Amino acid sequence: MSIFLNENSKVIVQGMTGSEGSKHTQRMLASGTAIVGGVNPRKAGTSVDFDGASVPVFGGVAEAMKETGADVSVIFVPPPFAKAAAIEAVDAQIGLAVVITEGIPVHDSTYVWAHAQGGATRIIGPNCPGLISPGRSNAGIIPANITKQGKIGLVSKSGTLTYQMMYELRDIGFSTAVGIGGDPVIGTTHIDCLQAFQDDPETEAIVMIGEIGGDAEERAADFIKANVTKPVVGYVAGFTAPEGKTMGHAGAIVSGSAGTAAAKQEALEAAGVKVGKTPSEAARLMRELVGA
Amino acid sequence: MPPTPRERRGDGGVTSGLRCLLVDLFEYQARDVLASHGVPVLPGGVAETPEQAEAIAREIGQQVVVKAQVKTGGRGKAGGVKLAADADEARARAQDILGLDIKGHITHKVMVAQASDIAEEYYFSYLLDRSNRTFLAMASKEGGMEIEQLAVERPEALARIPVDASVGVDAKKAAEIVDAAGFPAEVRDQVIAIAVQLWDVFSKEDATLVEVNPLAKAPDGTVLALDAKVTLDENAGFRQPGHTALEDTAAADPLEARAKEKDLNYVKLDGAVGIIGNGAGLVMSTLDVVAYAGEEFGGVKPANFLDIGGGASAEVMANGLEIILSDPAVKSVFVNVFGGITSCDAVANGIVSALGILGDEATKPLVVRLDGNNVEEGRRILAEANHPLVTVVDTMDGAARRAAELAA
Repeated sequence: MSIFLNENSKVIVQGMTGSEGSKHTQRMLASGTAIVGGVNPRKAGTSVDFDGASVPVFGGVAEAMKETGADVSVIFVPPPFAKAAAIEAVDAQIGLAVVITEGIPVHDSTYVWAHAQGGATRIIGPNCPGLISPGRSNAGIIPANITKQGKIGLVSKSGTLTYQMMYELRDIGFSTAVGIGGDPVIGTTHIDCLQAFQDDPETEAIVMIGEIGGDAEERAADFIKANVTKPVVGYVAGFTAPEGKTMGHAGAIVSGSAGTAAAKQEALEAAGVKVGKTPSEAARLMRELVGA
Repeated sequence: MPPTPRERRGDGGVTSGLRCLLVDLFEYQARDVLASHGVPVLPGGVAETPEQAEAIAREIGQQVVVKAQVKTGGRGKAGGVKLAADADEARARAQDILGLDIKGHITHKVMVAQASDIAEEYYFSYLLDRSNRTFLAMASKEGGMEIEQLAVERPEALARIPVDASVGVDAKKAAEIVDAAGFPAEVRDQVIAIAVQLWDVFSKEDATLVEVNPLAKAPDGTVLALDAKVTLDENAGFRQPGHTALEDTAAADPLEARAKEKDLNYVKLDGAVGIIGNGAGLVMSTLDVVAYAGEEFGGVKPANFLDIGGGASAEVMANGLEIILSDPAVKSVFVNVFGGITSCDAVANGIVSALGILGDEATKPLVVRLDGNNVEEGRRILAEANHPLVTVVDTMDGAARRAAELAA
């Protein structure tokens, strides 16, 4: 098994006809993903040829789902239109909406999250590389040729650190790697992925990559302590990052955490997670755990 | 539509620390923004010279307060807030305050505002509650003091009411917030009206924080915003054309300013190893790994953060190298790229042509670590170019160690 995405996933792409959308649709198809359609109201009824694979373009997400049975949408729509695109996916009740778009205003992300509550859609992102279940399906921009299907589950805020960790452990392989994005408001969290990996029989061990800011890692640490029996290796980036323009004092009251990398590492270690000082050290810790 | 620069850079970044795209406003800017949405504020203006301060005070025509405009707290204790009885005194106080160093922030501007007697002080804010993925209103009838202090000492005095982002704040919601905080009856209606206006600021200006402290009751019973903090979301720039003018270009480090002109995501730090990488997370990690390796060499540290994003073209690489090599503090450079979407041969070609473009300007050793897509070809290109300044190291940890050693 894998989490959120498997060989039966039928994927549509919102923004498929744009430059990023079409480049990555091509790549997703090349890695074996079942791309069943694109969405663009202005090009509805046409189709796009990707190296001989003809992909139909639909006027809307609901229509595309009805015609193709799609259950995953990958969104490449530019920031000014991304909120409407995500709302459309949620309203169509698609199972999974992966928002790749970077630079979406936080008011829009927060609106979409509020709008999606109680609905049928899991949102991943925004500002994320998406997710890949190697050898099965690839919904987003994670390079498919780094590694193969295997027993490690990976959840990460950062795109390139996701790739790095997949590369370090490429001989062992991954059930699913999920890039959840580093924005302040995201749909799927570390905790959601940890729960899913815990429940997934194929996943034997979990790598969790976090970074400075917010308190998601601290909350994940609490969750691991209470709910995760599989071994977890962690890595946290941002020990030497300068203090950013944060939300001032009021924000710190709300989160109840300093948000520093050190605080996150400490919380994870207190929950029994082995935390690497560098990505390579985290990979070594994982090797020791899985005996590979 | 053409992609924005940030989209072009691929999977680089947003949010906290180095992923930051938030703009804190000066008090006078926050006051202007509040006033433009109808929030009651006192008359005043901003001055860069004592003469300008005098002119503003003369127009106000009564006692004024002269306040240093710096983006840090503790202005009062540092001597950055003074009363002035008339225009001449306002000029003198502005003279004292302009140029003042407040916790490392040099005062370039002062705000001159009508002084107000205060009968009572309250607190009101809207902000993003990142953990709960919602907006939050916080309000207290006990304002004036540091809000963290109030939250710790008397948490029951600070009402926290979540605001559904898809619904917002109308008069009914505002009343819920105001009543939860227990505002006195005689100001209730005024504060409700202000709460709606502040929501207007928060939502229409794409703010992540609007904080009024104090929200003050004057002796005549009028409620006013006396001081405010506003933080804006730079991601909303495409629909907030007015926000560009609010950016504080004067405070930026000169190298950061030049990098910004070239659309590079660069932050100056205080170490000696220049860093170039792709992706905010990987670059952040690179800084840590260099600092960690640097412990062995007497505490060598990274000199900067520079994320060249997914593309890593020769031109972007050249621009990045040019900025980093012009930093006199830099003694070595660590180029750390994982070829995910871009392939390593393109990155290697970028480095070689960047060094070609820079010619004699490139004088510091470069340690390059490439991994990922087409890495063998990338390393072959660098080996073939055989540039005297370039060392290729296969692992990130090993390369960090070498770069730290070269900078020691």
